Amino acid sequence: MLKGHQSWVFPSKPTILSTGTIGGPFEAQGKIANDFDILHSDIWLGQDSFEKAEKVMLEEACNRAVEKAQLQKGDINYLITGDLMNQIISSSFAARTIGSPYLGVFGACSTSMEGLALAAQLIDSQSAKYVLTGTCSHNATAEKQYRYPTEYGSQKPPTAQWTVTGAAAAVVAPNGTGPKITSATIGRVVDMGLTDPFNMGAAMAPAAVDTIQSHFRDMRIGPDYYDLIATGDLGKVGHQIATKLLKKHGFSIREEAFTDCGLLIYDDHQEVLSGGSGCACCATVTYGHLLNRLLKGEWNRILVVATGALLSPISFQQNESIPCIAHAVAIERGVNE
Amino acid sequence: MAKKNKKLTATQIEYQAFAKKMEPPRPVLKNCIRAFWVGGLICLLGQFIQTFFIHFFHFDEKTAGDPTVAVLIFISVLLTGFGVYDKLGQFGGAGTAVPVTGFANSIASAAIEHKSEGYVLGVGGKMFKLAGSVIVFGVVAAFFIALIKWLFTALGGS
Repeated sequence: MLKGHQSWVFPSKPTILSTGTIGGPFEAQGKIANDFDILHSDIWLGQDSFEKAEKVMLEEACNRAVEKAQLQKGDINYLITGDLMNQIISSSFAARTIGSPYLGVFGACSTSMEGLALAAQLIDSQSAKYVLTGTCSHNATAEKQYRYPTEYGSQKPPTAQWTVTGAAAAVVAPNGTGPKITSATIGRVVDMGLTDPFNMGAAMAPAAVDTIQSHFRDMRIGPDYYDLIATGDLGKVGHQIATKLLKKHGFSIREEAFTDCGLLIYDDHQEVLSGGSGCACCATVTYGHLLNRLLKGEWNRILVVATGALLSPISFQQNESIPCIAHAVAIERGVNE
Repeated sequence: MAKKNKKLTATQIEYQAFAKKMEPPRPVLKNCIRAFWVGGLICLLGQFIQTFFIHFFHFDEKTAGDPTVAVLIFISVLLTGFGVYDKLGQFGGAGTAVPVTGFANSIASAAIEHKSEGYVLGVGGKMFKLAGSVIVFGVVAAFFIALIKWLFTALGGS
């Protein structure tokens, strides 16, 4: 149901029945390794290309989520997935294996919450019984497509980020036990004219701020409403910028209640420069770490704001600036059945 | 830059200045020192190899160049294949990029990267993805330098 200008409220409070989170070897050394369902020791996953490995991770995440919800693949009405590859091949190829009716979406690294918002909308409007949504990214495939060959010895600046190797998926249903999705805000594209693909945090921060402010305006709530607001993959640089921008706009969020998935996933000794990024960054941290802590009772309400940079290697080479987007989904701890 | 700014709105310009301020500075001095040492050590290694060829294989200083470069390229490609050279690159920066080893790394890394797309269109077609422009502009520059030299000689220089 539309509320305000660009937000949906879900009166039926769709439930996240289960999630599946997959990570690679580098994620296994990170701070939140225990929150992953499966961690792989090999970035190839036994496949003969990184692209295939990425697809396999998404399949595993979907299978794990369906299994944990004690469902069969045939029970899934719709599958909503997306990824970073050209023509979102990882998603479409995984959808071929899963066999459910499929909607492919592209929101770069904001895909996780774009998918979750759409899934919740489908459930809330009684258009589906079970919706499976997920996303994936792979460090080597992203490097190959957006930057240089993985083994190329280039030096990255301190603003660069590390693409997460992983995948995560969630099953959304009308009722059941689990976290409830209460509202979502669909972001608009914000472009501040930045062109440096090694500083995505600074490019995406204004989009995150725009969506956060729109969410609070539409929902008519104050900044203290949520116990935690987590952005997708702004990294150190982007997180600082977003914090200052919010403050500048007269929007004070408590420092401990504002975090970024790209800062949560890796340990300090890991050389990830500004932090984690990629579709799987927000997805694995949210569906694993954040929901686990929510279910433990550490928080009651969280707002996840997945951020995406909608550039392509071609647009960058043609000197186009980087358009960015952010989508927010509010998740609450399920109080009862 | 001034021309570029014309298209931007006031908010964009203000934000860009703000974002620039928030950007952690690139450690230029540290990078320069590292590049100096790493690049220097690679050249020192090359010097050792050259002396080795002169001493044991009776090359002279000029002819020892070719086998020396071949050995350096071989080492660089080997390190690229083992996944070491990219880490060296992050540490040493320009120090690993400028010597011949960096050139070899750019070709080998692209070849490895695109192997999954086949030998013809993948490896063959894309291995010069990064090195290609170096070769093209190198040849173009050499052509014009040669032209200038010829002009001078034709105009009566010695």
